[in-house]
Amino acid sequence: MVPLSWYLILSGILFSLGVLGFLLKRNIITIFMSIELMLNAVNLSFVAFANYWHTHPVADKSIVPLSGQVFVFFVMVVAAAEAAVGLAIIIAVFRTRETLNVDRVNLLKL
Amino acid sequence: MTKNLNLWVIPLLPLIGAAINGLFGRRFKNAMVSAVALLFTAASFGWAAWAVWTVWPGSGIALPHIETLGTWITAGTFSAPFGFYLDQLSMIMVLVVTGVGFLIHIYSVGYMAHEGGYYRFFAYLNLFMFFMLTLVLANNYLLMFVGWEGVGLASYLLIGFFFLKDSAADAGKKAFIVNRIGDFAFLIGMFLIIRHFGSLNYDAVFGKIAAGHFTPEAGWGIFTAIALCLMFGATGKSAQVPLYVWLPDAMEGPTPVSALIHAATMVTAGIYMIARSHAIFNLAPHALQIVAIIGCITAIFAATMGLAQTDIKRVLAYSTVSQLGYMFLACGVAAYSAGIFHLMTHAFFKALLFLGAGSVIHAVGGEQDMRRMGGLRKLIPVTFWVVTIATIAIAGIPPFAGFFSKDEILGAVFHSPYGGPVIWGIGVLTAGLTSFYMFRLWFMTFFGELKLGSVELGEEAHAAKAPAQAAHGAASHSHGHADDHSHGHGGVHESPWIMLAPLVILAVLSFVGGWVGVPQFMGGHNEIEQFLAPVMQSGPAVAGEAVSDKDATTSHAGEATPENTKEELFLAGTSVAAALIGLFFAYLFYYKSPELPDRITSKMHGIYMMVLHKYYVDEGYGAIFVKPLLALSTVVLWRGVDQGVIDGLVNGAGTASQGVGNELRQMQSGNIRSYAAWVAIGGAAIVAYMIWLGVTR
Repeated sequence: MVPLSWYLILSGILFSLGVLGFLLKRNIITIFMSIELMLNAVNLSFVAFANYWHTHPVADKSIVPLSGQVFVFFVMVVAAAEAAVGLAIIIAVFRTRETLNVDRVNLLKL
Repeated sequence: MTKNLNLWVIPLLPLIGAAINGLFGRRFKNAMVSAVALLFTAASFGWAAWAVWTVWPGSGIALPHIETLGTWITAGTFSAPFGFYLDQLSMIMVLVVTGVGFLIHIYSVGYMAHEGGYYRFFAYLNLFMFFMLTLVLANNYLLMFVGWEGVGLASYLLIGFFFLKDSAADAGKKAFIVNRIGDFAFLIGMFLIIRHFGSLNYDAVFGKIAAGHFTPEAGWGIFTAIALCLMFGATGKSAQVPLYVWLPDAMEGPTPVSALIHAATMVTAGIYMIARSHAIFNLAPHALQIVAIIGCITAIFAATMGLAQTDIKRVLAYSTVSQLGYMFLACGVAAYSAGIFHLMTHAFFKALLFLGAGSVIHAVGGEQDMRRMGGLRKLIPVTFWVVTIATIAIAGIPPFAGFFSKDEILGAVFHSPYGGPVIWGIGVLTAGLTSFYMFRLWFMTFFGELKLGSVELGEEAHAAKAPAQAAHGAASHSHGHADDHSHGHGGVHESPWIMLAPLVILAVLSFVGGWVGVPQFMGGHNEIEQFLAPVMQSGPAVAGEAVSDKDATTSHAGEATPENTKEELFLAGTSVAAALIGLFFAYLFYYKSPELPDRITSKMHGIYMMVLHKYYVDEGYGAIFVKPLLALSTVVLWRGVDQGVIDGLVNGAGTASQGVGNELRQMQSGNIRSYAAWVAIGGAAIVAYMIWLGVTR
């Protein structure tokens, strides 16, 4: 049985990688992928907690077992929607500026 | 028995007139404007006369007759009503104000006919009537104060009537500001009255005094304080030392204004206020003493200043100050009825003198310097005769009005513990000087030869007369007398009858007006003193000496013992002699041998220059009060407080937000990854905070 903390540490490492990638990368596509990475890091901690509470039931009624799994689906749906919108914006930006470098997309007007 | 007289109508009528002329007068023809102004003033006079007639002693209506319209201000236990108060004192005042006011309105129709701003003039004049009537009819000090401030406003507007002229605008401001100084003391006096009486209503205040609520031990000092505050207020409005300086400058206003406001009515408001508050003053012997001394100083001081003036209106202005000093003196020796008597006769003859002077100025085309006049006796005979009557009246020669009232005052001064022979002597000397400068004016104006435009005035005269000169130069277009001549009769001409008729009426009043106060020893009954007696003796008999004084005055009014009569005759004779001596010297200097004054002035050059420059009082006030105040205002209040603190705060708030914004602006780099870094740092900070919360729990 893998302890909960390992999952959380892995989740933290993935999230930090996502943040760093978001901050340091210049290509919009890569930034976008970093965002997905952060979301999935969060998903990982969700399922880890869900499993943990499933195997360690408590009397506290405020903790609903399996709600973590439900949230993961919720996050995935939102991420899918966001991906659709985000990719559309990326295409629009590329069409108008002919670049994917965020440092050159620093003005609202053209 | 009570009867509703609707006293509120009396002041309201001129207000309506002022409103109509002020709001719509610009579109009216001059005739319409004067019709409105005269109609409402006449109606006010009529209503006042009817009201006085109705409540005349013997009619069965109790005096004082008080009518309250409603409550004006309520604060805790204090309340001030809209109330009107008619007693013998306000009867005289209201008749003088509306009567003389109406005559001067008539005169103004002729005098102002060629001036610009005709409707404005009459609107202001009616406004003045409204406030003055409020002042004299109010039944409490607060409402009186409304009138008090209002007449100050009207006075300011009318002095500055020719506002394009700097000297007129300045004179208006000076009058207003100097009056404000006195008003401040009046306000303090009212606060003290509220504090100690809990009310400002006359009947409440005087009732408490009459009921003997106060004893010497229980704070007569407070009466002295109240009386001194009220007195200082009166020195402002009634142009007494030390606040008289505004009145001579107020001559910048049109002449009817000088007659109405700065001679006959407004400046007597202070005298009225003191006479009204006589119950308080009677309890404050020290204050009375000070009032007497101030009156005495003002009388002699202003009379000497009048000696050397060459502007006809300024002579009359100093004469007014001097006569107001007499009235103050009368109040100071607790001879209030004598003061009011002189107020009334003075209103007649001084209004007449001013209007006569206006007629002279009108006749000679706007010239005000007496040295350029002369020989007008034949050219403007009606004016000559009415001014003669007024001059004799003010000089105090029987049987003209001025003699009786002045003699009444001087007699009271002689007998009073606050007066005495010294102050009486100064009073008589002033009477002599009055006679001298008035006959000087008379001889210079009406006798000798007309020197219009032919006299080169000396250098010093130019300096002294600078404002008046500027007046003629700058505003000859607005001051339309110069134009008067160009249309036809070239040269000196008599004024139209609309100006002369009021003069004649006032001349009759100046002649007979004194007969209501013929003293006992001359076989009269002194009706005016008996008439005012119920008002003036409502106060309790006062402190030791004052009681004996009261006894003395009542006995000298009451029974005419032979010794008494001899003494009174002696006193009267002395003042008449002083007047005649003044007349003689004026005759000698300005008719018989006109070169004499020049020789005397060149011998006593120093004194002459001092008198000519009015003892340098204006310059002194300038150096002591005005300049330091101006410096303080400029350096500390303007540059320091206003520009430093207030502007500093406002601008500081602006610069501070600008600076903060400038710093915060750096965050808005447009660089998406730096935004993301801020978000990440913020998120990390929140997480750190949550962890810290968890650890410390």
